[in-house]
Amino acid sequence: MNAEARNARWNVLGLLPAQLIMLATLIVPVGIIVLVSFSTRGPYGGFDYVFTTAPYRQILFNEGWTGELEFNPQYLIVVARTMILAAATTFICLLLSFPVAYFISLQKATAKMLLIYLVTLPFWVSMIVRVYSWIIILGNDGVIAKTLHALGLVDNMGSLLFTDTAMLIGLVYSYIPLMILPIFASIEKLDPALVEASHDLYGSRLTTLRRVILPLCRPGMMAGSILVFVPCLGAVLEPILLGGGKTMMMGNLIQLQFGAARNWPLGAAISIVLMAAVLVFLVWRGLRAIRRERAEAAA
Amino acid sequence: MSGNSDVRRYPGFGPLSVLFFVYLYLPIAVVVFYSFNANRIVANWGGFSLHWYSTALSNAALVGAVKTSLLVAAVATTLSIVVALMAALVIVRGRQVRFRRASETIVNLPLLLPEIVVAVAVLILFSELGLTSGLLKLMIAHTTFCIPFAFLPIRARLQGMDADLEEAARDLYASGWVAFRRVTLPLIMPGVFSGAMLAFVISMDDFITSNLLNSGGATTLPVYIFSLIKQGVSPQLNAISTLIMIVSVVLATVAFLVQRRR
Repeated sequence: MNAEARNARWNVLGLLPAQLIMLATLIVPVGIIVLVSFSTRGPYGGFDYVFTTAPYRQILFNEGWTGELEFNPQYLIVVARTMILAAATTFICLLLSFPVAYFISLQKATAKMLLIYLVTLPFWVSMIVRVYSWIIILGNDGVIAKTLHALGLVDNMGSLLFTDTAMLIGLVYSYIPLMILPIFASIEKLDPALVEASHDLYGSRLTTLRRVILPLCRPGMMAGSILVFVPCLGAVLEPILLGGGKTMMMGNLIQLQFGAARNWPLGAAISIVLMAAVLVFLVWRGLRAIRRERAEAAA
Repeated sequence: MSGNSDVRRYPGFGPLSVLFFVYLYLPIAVVVFYSFNANRIVANWGGFSLHWYSTALSNAALVGAVKTSLLVAAVATTLSIVVALMAALVIVRGRQVRFRRASETIVNLPLLLPEIVVAVAVLILFSELGLTSGLLKLMIAHTTFCIPFAFLPIRARLQGMDADLEEAARDLYASGWVAFRRVTLPLIMPGVFSGAMLAFVISMDDFITSNLLNSGGATTLPVYIFSLIKQGVSPQLNAISTLIMIVSVVLATVAFLVQRRR
């Protein structure tokens, strides 16, 4: 056997286990999800492979006894809430992360290392514990309510827990390290000479920030937005624990259909909608990046 | 030159960063603080006590959940690191690899899907296969989503490593296996170690998939904690959370130091 053929065989063998695992546990099952989303709900939960588009209709309509369709926005509201919360989380993370990442990058080597360590540390601490900690803070008897009461500022503010605000606080808290790290990396790559050149040419600090620093950090912001937005769309813990189960996001709705509600086809249909949303977002970001590259190449 | 006249500094960034770190660590501090509360009601301070730590450590259900989680994480970490190492060697080092980019995307696939979709995928798969062992289901599912976390640090390390060293070993008549074991593996060991740590933590921490699969009697630590939270905030829960955080911080610190040492 010649060296080239042996080489090719090793390449195939090395990749095979990983590819097979992904094929068997993800690629084929995602195909089954598509099938289930077009299947009929079984009499005792589960599903039968009988073609129907009913699961998708159910997302928008209630079906009456005689088959008449009545518009029901309850699931649409969940989808809209998911999109809005994910977008708001990404936006707030972007807004907060840039100054923090910039501030860290200005520190001396040791302080810089320590601060980056502090940013990554929560990522290692159990997600459920971190989300749970906000229940103690935001709850009816929580730290915030007690403090405000003790200061005599607010007598009885009611609980912050189980509101959209609580969910937003929890989502930002969970995912912000994923935004800071890529932005920090792109600030670190920034050539300080460019910033100084802008000042030498009488650019004000604000102009320098807007015209030099921010555009050069765009790749980091883009990467961070993807890392925050995608998991936010599929968030499960924050809405259950901080939203109280009444204000759901798509992740909870899917979980509910495969759990207590026992409506697998509907759960599969919502999963497909969620995957489509992620795909549209990734393609949109990808196209924007390509267009910008072309524009820069042309300039 | 004073800090203010440095053209690279912007007013307000410093205080904002301080506030940010308070936001990041205040919740953790609150949990740790109230775990020492003698009072049964969490937010009413009743004096210092280690009582809730002893109740937590003698809680049989908790110990069982920890054992399940450790077993699943150990299996998932071992399998995912072996598979990821093989894939990384081909993707970074292999010559004339066809579909290199596509292969890499497939290895990283679990990162591109929201985790709830991964959970639904394996749930439907196991129900179609008629698999009933809760432990086996968890091990398979965890291995799948741990692979990219094991893969990425190894790939990074391999990319930063000089391929000439391996060539030199081969020139000195080392066989492919000997060159790998004596030259390549020791050099990428920090990457393998970070990958293993990351995979282990991701598995230990997983809630979404484990919760959806939770039917075969195998309850992991996060799923058990979730059931406690549903029963309401309690000082014992704070003690358990604090213990978990201590372990996480130790692991994170070790991983951070290993990565720093080049």
